[in-house]
Amino acid sequence: MSPHAAGSALRDIGGPSAYGGGARRLLYLTWTMGLTEYRLTYFGSALGYLWSLMRPLLLFGVLFVVFTQIVKFGDDIENYPVLLLLNIVLFNFFADATGKSVSLLVDREPIVRKMQFPLMVLPLARVLAGSFNLGISLVAVFLFLLVYGVDPRWTWLLLPAMLVPLMLLTVAVSMLLSALYVRFRDVMPIWAVLSSVLFYGSPVLYAIEAVPEGYRRAVLLANPFADILEQTRHWVVDPGAAGMVTAIGGAGWALVPAASVVTVCALAVWVFNREAPRIAERL
Amino acid sequence: MGEPAVAVDVADLSKTFQIPRHHVMALKERALHPLRRIPVTELHALRNVSQQIHKGEFFGVVGRNGSGKSTLLKCLAGIYRPDEGAIRIAGRVVPFIELGVGFNLEMTALDNVVINGVMMGMSPREARRRFPEVIEFAELENSLDLKLKNYSSGMQVRLAFALMVQADADVLLIDEVLAVGDASFQQKCFDVFYELRRRGKTVVLVTHDMQMIERFCGRAMLLHHGRVDEVGEPAAVARRYLDLNFEAQERDAGPTAGGPEDVSLGVAIGDVWVEAEDGRRVGSVRQGERFTIRAELLVKEEIEDPEVGITIHNDDGLVVFGTTTREPGRAEAPLAPGEVLQLRVALRNDLAPARYFIDCGAHEGEHRIVAFRWRVSQFLVYGNRRQLGLVALDHSLELEVRRAGAEAAESRR
Repeated sequence: MSPHAAGSALRDIGGPSAYGGGARRLLYLTWTMGLTEYRLTYFGSALGYLWSLMRPLLLFGVLFVVFTQIVKFGDDIENYPVLLLLNIVLFNFFADATGKSVSLLVDREPIVRKMQFPLMVLPLARVLAGSFNLGISLVAVFLFLLVYGVDPRWTWLLLPAMLVPLMLLTVAVSMLLSALYVRFRDVMPIWAVLSSVLFYGSPVLYAIEAVPEGYRRAVLLANPFADILEQTRHWVVDPGAAGMVTAIGGAGWALVPAASVVTVCALAVWVFNREAPRIAERL
Repeated sequence: MGEPAVAVDVADLSKTFQIPRHHVMALKERALHPLRRIPVTELHALRNVSQQIHKGEFFGVVGRNGSGKSTLLKCLAGIYRPDEGAIRIAGRVVPFIELGVGFNLEMTALDNVVINGVMMGMSPREARRRFPEVIEFAELENSLDLKLKNYSSGMQVRLAFALMVQADADVLLIDEVLAVGDASFQQKCFDVFYELRRRGKTVVLVTHDMQMIERFCGRAMLLHHGRVDEVGEPAAVARRYLDLNFEAQERDAGPTAGGPEDVSLGVAIGDVWVEAEDGRRVGSVRQGERFTIRAELLVKEEIEDPEVGITIHNDDGLVVFGTTTREPGRAEAPLAPGEVLQLRVALRNDLAPARYFIDCGAHEGEHRIVAFRWRVSQFLVYGNRRQLGLVALDHSLELEVRRAGAEAAESRR
């Protein structure tokens, strides 16, 4: 007799879902799979995890040369090189995780169709793997800040307050994209275009002041990503910059991007939850 | 003792797949015709299936392709959502739809055991604690540092089986893991099933293989077009399954029913099976034992000078043995419509351990084929001796060991 035989009662098997099976299992699975995925990211490369540091630095090097030596773009922006590096690290986190998430459920077809687990684990694990990468890249950013001669400020510690909405947004968009891609393969090219729109529509290469006065608020209202970047700039790179609340024109207005993050999250949970039970049979 | 506790309770389960008739995966279609319903074909995979499985039972589910047996297993596993009805299961359920699914070849055994363990519902710590037991069962103690891709396929299979045995599951759902594999793989699989049975696990086994059903299962269920056709003694269910198969082949009719070369022109080949010495119908025969291959044929037209025979061939299609009723220089009495022929071929099992297939055929005169069925039945030969080749020739083996120059020679068998 199985040692568990005693006392195990019949329990309903309702079918697959987004997060069914208990919070603990969701947590364990996300952690294990996220860690595995991160370990495999640079697997087989000579530098291994160092690439987490090197990749943003190299990209930064290219953009830095282009925009300060050739185009002379960042001359009037305080600490432009550091700002550029921070922005790129943050944007890359988002773009990487969401871009890879589009075909996530389809790529993992074998386990989706042959094992039972809460499907939300897959986008969560992917974002977690990206977060490990982000963490290491941020170390590079702060080292660079010090080397560049920016004085440490206590507001650096506030950075996580902006990482939270960034991660929420990343998870939510990943969930939406991966669930919709199962039904509509057009999601892939659409997202490729949208993410470059987002790249140029957010103050990554430029600072928000570069946007003409009349459009500035519109950008900040429509694109929560712009607010996140402006706020991290204010806290970490240049205390002289306006910061999100001032730039958008008051705390009341600042609720709009906050609300849109919440809306995207709610939409993502709703869509993913609705699709989850049928994903295995649609693959 | 009261009624044994119920481990799996399926009540009135139905599952329908909606398959889009033309592939409408594109957003464009949606955008252009937002209100038009996409035409779908409904596929009723399961209809009103009800069944209780007791704790510690080894329960078989059989059926032809498309009968719904795999869908049932996936519903039990919680991979598909049932449309109607309820499934209740006691304890932890772990599906094994495929051996080694979720293995990551770039990682070591430890990493894979942890990932798989967490997948099955353990905590990472628990999975790590069980690792030594898993490795011991898989006999992989010497290969711990290797990545899985450097394992031989046999080692990967052993690891997968070890996970199955060591999974802390109360109910195991196993699907066709034996679909492929040689005799030694099957032997390993048998060992695992015996082990699961010994541990009192509740097992639901989905398979095509009647011999597995008869060997391991206490009860079996036959699914036919998504409905429960029969539940009961494995032998009876297996017989019913073969009947259904035969009926289907008859119905599909034509000279090419079943295998690509099947023929039925005047004689129909019915059941073909293997019997052990005591007359039991079996799916496997031990090496060295006597057994009988039996075939039933129905005569539909008059056949002059008939010849009936069988051939045994292996997985590669190589004919290992064949025999017919033909005796040189003698014409057989003609057959009349309505006559039933019973062919018995009694032989000693001198085959090497492997899976074998039986073809059955009938001729009129020397050249006209009146009936043929390819792979109409099959059986497995098992034995303990390591052997190479196709047949086990009666032999003795001796290895003499002699130290060079020494007087005394030691000889051992």
